[in-house]
Amino acid sequence: MESINSFDFRERQIDAYIEASLPASSGGIRRNGSHWRVLIARKLNAALETAFLILILTQGLRAQTSATADANSRLAQLERQAADAKSSADNAWMLTSAALVLMMTGPGLALFYGGLVRKKNVLGTMMQSFALMAVVTVTWGLFSYSLSFGAGNSFIGGLHNLFLKGVGAAPDPDYAATIPAQTFMVYQLMFAIITPALIAGAFAERMKFSALVLFMVLWTILVYDPMAHMVWGRGGLLNASLGGRFPTLDFAGGTVVHVTSGVSALVCALYLGKRVGYPGESMPPHSVVLSFIGACLLWVGWFGFNAGSALSAGSLATSAFVATHFASATAALGWAGAEWIRNGKPSVLGGISGAVAGLVAITPASGFVKPMSALMIGLIAGVFCYWMVAKVKARFGYDDSLDAFGVHGAGGTLGALLTGVFASSAVNPIFKDAQGNPLASGLFEGNAYQLVNQLVGVAIAWGLAIVGTLVILKVVDATIGLRVSEEHEVQGLDLSQHGEEGYYWEVSA
Amino acid sequence: MTKVEAVIQNSKLEAVKTALQEIGVEGMTVLEVRGHGRQKGHTEVYRGREYSVDLIPKTKLEMVLADAMVDKAVQAILGAARTGKIGDGKIFLSRVDEAIRIRNDERGEGAL
Repeated sequence: MESINSFDFRERQIDAYIEASLPASSGGIRRNGSHWRVLIARKLNAALETAFLILILTQGLRAQTSATADANSRLAQLERQAADAKSSADNAWMLTSAALVLMMTGPGLALFYGGLVRKKNVLGTMMQSFALMAVVTVTWGLFSYSLSFGAGNSFIGGLHNLFLKGVGAAPDPDYAATIPAQTFMVYQLMFAIITPALIAGAFAERMKFSALVLFMVLWTILVYDPMAHMVWGRGGLLNASLGGRFPTLDFAGGTVVHVTSGVSALVCALYLGKRVGYPGESMPPHSVVLSFIGACLLWVGWFGFNAGSALSAGSLATSAFVATHFASATAALGWAGAEWIRNGKPSVLGGISGAVAGLVAITPASGFVKPMSALMIGLIAGVFCYWMVAKVKARFGYDDSLDAFGVHGAGGTLGALLTGVFASSAVNPIFKDAQGNPLASGLFEGNAYQLVNQLVGVAIAWGLAIVGTLVILKVVDATIGLRVSEEHEVQGLDLSQHGEEGYYWEVSA
Repeated sequence: MTKVEAVIQNSKLEAVKTALQEIGVEGMTVLEVRGHGRQKGHTEVYRGREYSVDLIPKTKLEMVLADAMVDKAVQAILGAARTGKIGDGKIFLSRVDEAIRIRNDERGEGAL
């Protein structure tokens, strides 16, 4: 009785299992006629087990006979997986960095500059940065990427990558072997956006919006693309790692970004002339609060700018990250400290301006110097840029309204030269002998000639920026005109150029 | 009826308001204003450029009172707003011809 009951119970269990595993539409199985089903299921199970055993045995035999071939293929598979993992890691960091660098322009630079102008120009100034996020993206995709990084001559890239032809998932081993070429392209795009946006600080509060757009498109083609190609492009005249004639060390764009934009800014300030009422009229920043938020966003974004320039997520990125942070810190202390000594008070604007100056100066050096060198570079930059902005500008009387030259031109030039002094082969063995052993990098390591290379790089950046910018200013001035009318300038760019106000004052009902 | 205008330090608004309420002043208008008397302004320095700021933020109270209240109100303001330093502000008194309550066209001191 008991055994029958027990069998009956198990049978029901199996029935229930079969019923549960069948789709609802097939209907239930009546318990009464299920004995034969159980028997068939058991036979089938036994047959399957036998087949499986045979399969394992044959596989084992095959494995024994072709052990070496199998090990090789597994090794190849592992290598592929390791490379994929590294590529994914690098790509994750590079996409993050690209986003960080875009954040430097909007809202970082837009807020930094927007706070420094008068209330009536806050939107116009922010729009200058924002417009470049859109305009340069289009030109970069259509032709500028090709002119910067496509194969060409020593001075400018060719047209092989027009419309991003050939820029896809496959890495370009010359530039960044572990990330898709498309990642490299979009990362470089963010640099092409912020560089012209920096210039806008010099002609703030008086340039026509239409003139700005035309100027910037031409500037990207005539100044940025050639400079980027010379320093970073394959076969570029100044390229340090791809066989340039004068190997200039510029890790993240001291010459390409800051010297070109800063010097062009000075040319613009001189060409356009002063703002109406400058310097007699009082034109203090309308909101240091906005500038403060912008500067702090710039500081954070700069980690993508500099550490991202390692083009991978390894220890070089860490080294550049640390150098960037350290230089910004001492530069903030340097500028605010200089003010404290001279004016009796350290200002907030001084602190954040110093931080930005330090970030500018460390940009070319970030992937080549040790943390203590970064502290030195930052401190020198903070004090030097304060002196440029507070003393030199006042002496010559040009109206570089938001100090694009005083911070980016001066700080970038200083940083590019100091890179030749402090560069260390222990951080980044960029120069190697025929056997692959690292050679001295900077002046302090005994490579005095590097300072000459840095000077050549800086001189070319200055020359290109001056000539290119002058030509473009003449062209834009002759065609659509550069400045807004005096009436519009007094009214403010927000209303005259965009028909809006940044701070619409409404009586609450 | 007399209009009392008092320009005071921003930080003294609460004290003055309380003192006026205590003596029975029922209404007032408060304005945020900028200006200067004999008090010198201050200088601000932005990136090495000095700006002298001579219009200093102040608070202005306006109220129209029945003549019987005016002396008490002036004393209340003097007591609450005075620090004894330059920049404490000023009080101006002027005659008011008429007061009209918009809600019911009531005229004179009854409209205050």
